[in-house]
Formats: sequence, structure tokens, C-alpha cells
Amino acid sequence: MKARVHITLKRGVLDPQGKTIARALGSLGFAGINEVRQGKTVEIDLAETDAAAAHSTVAAMCAKLLANPVIEDYRIDLAEG
Amino acid sequence: MRACVVVFPGSNCDRDVAVALRQATGADPVMVWHRDADVPAVDLIVLPGGFSYGDYLRSGAMAAHSPIMRSVIDANRRGTPVLAICNGFQVATEAGLLPGVLMPNAHQKFVCRDVTLRVETSQSIFTSRYTAGQVVRIPIAHHDGNYHADAATLNALDDQGLVAFRYCDADGRPSLDANPNGAQRNIAGIFSRDRTVLGLMPHPERAAEPAHGGTDGRALFDSLLAALG
Repeated sequence: MKARVHITLKRGVLDPQGKTIARALGSLGFAGINEVRQGKTVEIDLAETDAAAAHSTVAAMCAKLLANPVIEDYRIDLAEG
Repeated sequence: MRACVVVFPGSNCDRDVAVALRQATGADPVMVWHRDADVPAVDLIVLPGGFSYGDYLRSGAMAAHSPIMRSVIDANRRGTPVLAICNGFQVATEAGLLPGVLMPNAHQKFVCRDVTLRVETSQSIFTSRYTAGQVVRIPIAHHDGNYHADAATLNALDDQGLVAFRYCDADGRPSLDANPNGAQRNIAGIFSRDRTVLGLMPHPERAAEPAHGGTDGRALFDSLLAALG
């Protein structure tokens, strides 16, 4: 299966990169931007074929390494590989 | 005092801190490679500054899971003190030796200059040769030094006297202008709950002899020598 992990800063955690991007977009003439939040995506190609097993493995990866629970949330999307 | 310095791929202050340790203690520290399984029997473990693993994923995140870190955490649980400087501080938070996290600087720039710090307490093996409230000048050099923790953690650090250093102005006031990176409550360095771990963004090893342009970092190494023999 293919897993796509979306890692984002928790609500309330200041996102300096997002703020900088919002300013840059404004200076390019894009109006009406309320807020920009930047995250990251990690794609993982897994040998596992069972969706539930793949999900629990990737959740463990997030808890151990991919995300820092102090500041980050994550969401896991799975697709047939 | 027998010390070891853990060297990760991308560490670049490991030799600087080794020189500072040698000058303070008269003995060379043991340099330990991150792939080694065990830290040797020592009185002090140092996690040095640098850019371990190129800051991939998050600063300190990869190094925190290096083989050697299990042994570092075990040794600290048995009471061995850990001095974690700059990237070492980032590694220590990612490894759970210290609470919170070092986020990218609020202004998104690398900052490399001397800063003034207020020593918050002399009640530790790391700061006994300073006086509480003393203002010292020590360099910083980092992109991710913006200390962040939730309100409960910050309150606990303050209530238990676990903030070691705060960015301050020349008069010792932790003002907004004196904060070089957006760190919450101007925090530059913290202790673990049992005060056996000190993590700090400033580089005391870069202000340890007159040729550095300042010697305010030397007292930290002298404190350790006084405590650990």
C-alpha cells in the first residue's frame, strides 16, 4: 500500500514560514489571504497489503519519528499500491 | 572529571567543546561516535552543537534515534549529567530528555552573534560558579532556537526553577528586543526536572578563553569540574 502522511503544525502554534509565505503572496498581488499554514508530506511505499495493518504501522511511525506531538498533528491517507 | 562528547554526522562543535573541556579539566574527553552502542563510564555526557543529519525532518529528530542515544538516556536515568548545547539541545528535546521543542526562529533567519543572558539560578551543577541574576555574554548560532512548549510545561519550568538562562538586555531584563529568535518567555536554556540535564542554545564553549573575545562561558565548565571532580 502507499501511505501519504500529512504533517501540520497544531492550531495555536506559530508558523513563521506560513506567515512569510502569506506576506509574499500578498506582495505578488494575491488579495484576501486570511492565513497560510505550511506543513509537510511524507510518502511511504509499504509492502503491507492490509489497510488496517498499514494504518497502524504508519501511525506508529508518526508517533516515534515522523511527527513531534508537542507541536504537530498528522493525518494518514492510504491508497492501493 | 571524565567526559565524553557524542559525535553525530553533521556535528560541528564537538571539537570546540572538547577543547573547552580539556582546558577546564586538564583531561581530553572521550569522543563517541553515534553508531556506538554504549557511552563509556563517564561523569558527564555532552551532546554538541552542529547540524546532525542535516536537520532532516526536524532539527535533532534523526540524531535522537541514533543507536548511542539509548545508552545516553539510560546513563542519564542512572544519574550521569548531560550537557546539551544548541543542536544537542534540539536532540535532547526530541529524545525526551527535556520538555518542549526548538522551532525555527520566528524571523526565519539564521542568527549568529553574541547575546546577553541572565543566569536564572546558581543551584545546579552547571551554573554553581555563576550568581543568580548575573548577566553574561555568550554567542548563539542557530536557525531553530525558538523554544516552544505548552503553557502547563512553561509554568512548571518557571514554578520549579528549571529555566537556566533567559535572553535579556544589558540590564538583565528579558525584553522582547533582547529575544533573538522568538523563544517563549525568552528561554535560552532549561534543566530537566532532576537538574541532571542542561539544554541551552548559546555556545559556552565559544566564550571560554580570551582569544574568543569573551570568557563568560568558562564558568559553566568550571561549575561542572567543581561538582564532578
